[in-house]
Amino acid sequence: MGKKADKELIIGGIRTDQRLPDQMRDVEMEVGVITSSNGSAKVSFGKTTAIASVHGPRSLFPKFLQESTTGIMRCRYNMAPFSVDDRKSPGPDRRSTELSKVIRQSFQPTLMLEDYPKATVDTFIEVIEADGSTRVTGINALSLALASAGIPMKDLVAACSVGKIDDTLIVDLNGLEDNNSESDVAVAMMPRKNIVTLLQMDGVLTKEEFMTLLNTAKKSCNKIFEQQQATLMEKYKGDE
Amino acid sequence: MKREIVLPGDEMDERKGRKLGNGVYEEDGKVFSRFLGMTKVSENEVNVIPLSGVYMPKLSDRIIGIIDEVEISGWFVDINSPYSGFLPISEAVEEFVDLNRTDLSRYFDIGDAILCRISRLTKNKNVQLSMRDFESRKLRGGTVIKVTPTKIPRIIGKEGSMITLIKTKTKCEITAGQNGLIWIRGEDKGKAIEAILTIERESHTFGLTEKIEKMLGQEEDDTGKSMSDPDNWADKKIQSTDE
Repeated sequence: MGKKADKELIIGGIRTDQRLPDQMRDVEMEVGVITSSNGSAKVSFGKTTAIASVHGPRSLFPKFLQESTTGIMRCRYNMAPFSVDDRKSPGPDRRSTELSKVIRQSFQPTLMLEDYPKATVDTFIEVIEADGSTRVTGINALSLALASAGIPMKDLVAACSVGKIDDTLIVDLNGLEDNNSESDVAVAMMPRKNIVTLLQMDGVLTKEEFMTLLNTAKKSCNKIFEQQQATLMEKYKGDE
Repeated sequence: MKREIVLPGDEMDERKGRKLGNGVYEEDGKVFSRFLGMTKVSENEVNVIPLSGVYMPKLSDRIIGIIDEVEISGWFVDINSPYSGFLPISEAVEEFVDLNRTDLSRYFDIGDAILCRISRLTKNKNVQLSMRDFESRKLRGGTVIKVTPTKIPRIIGKEGSMITLIKTKTKCEITAGQNGLIWIRGEDKGKAIEAILTIERESHTFGLTEKIEKMLGQEEDDTGKSMSDPDNWADKKIQSTDE
């Protein structure tokens, strides 16, 4: 969300990158990109690319963080300095700390870590190219990485972003749209259980607009989920 | 019995009064997978065997451990798992040991590989190890390699067929621990390591035994990058315990 753009972002129902309002960018997924981790994945939405890696379950220190009845999950979301137009100063800041927290929370309902007392699953999301919707790209990558690391889960998590520009409801905002939208909503969900695990909104929407957007987001999540399934199957099916 | 690959949250079947095995959970009478894994469904049990993941200690598993720390009355052992095991001296040494005078590193020192058994396991994963049986011993010399723990049964084969094949073809001593560590000693261990890593990589394919047999039958290794050369071990998580 931000100020009004200098030029029109939607002309005749076509967005700046030639997409229709309810059209996603090209999504690419790859599993097993980091060999030294237990599981990893890379997901791109157009020009936005995030790499997620999972280490563990492994023993957790310092000891006071340990939970004796369940394992815990820790998450770090980080944007590379070269991922944006103006160099981002490296290291955690207010924004990435918040995103780390909401991403961790969006996986809490799906993870089943009670078999791993005192242990931790450490997850890392590295955004190497940012062009809007980085948090949902990170969530999609992390979902694949957790599955390939053999972490028990109730369901995969799929995420997408939706928003509103010039009274048009749109799906999968890019960087330009993100900065100039009237409102944007990030949604993550467990598609088969129909449970929404992340719902963040910026800006102003009417109740009707919001409900429409949420339904569009769910539909898009299901599309992404199908691609996640196909990617994992492709990777592990082998020559059978 | 049909086998197929499932993803976390995939619906497997109605429960139909069957026992819930490993890697599954139940919701509204339906059984779902917890893991990315292979199904193993029989008439009285539903299981999913994960394709990847860390080793979780199980009671009376025979495992290979690496000594991590020498304590006053025992050793902490790295068992390739989120939890470390403790081997008390009474479970390891037959003779009387005066704890006031003896430094336990004379029996096992940091970095030594041992073959042992999980003798006790509490709910919050305190692992106690024991060497009080005939097979348990210190693994002298040789090399310890790390593979995915869920693939150990494939490496051992039906009633040990696969591992016996490698043993006879390469004339190596090989011991596989349930925790994914494999100890190999012998002249031709490079070839044995290569065979084991091939099995790990292609564990889900059919006709693997024939492939390994053919591979080990060849006199000369023509892959160029031979595993007999220690320089090529670094990226394969291989740790030499040669003394």
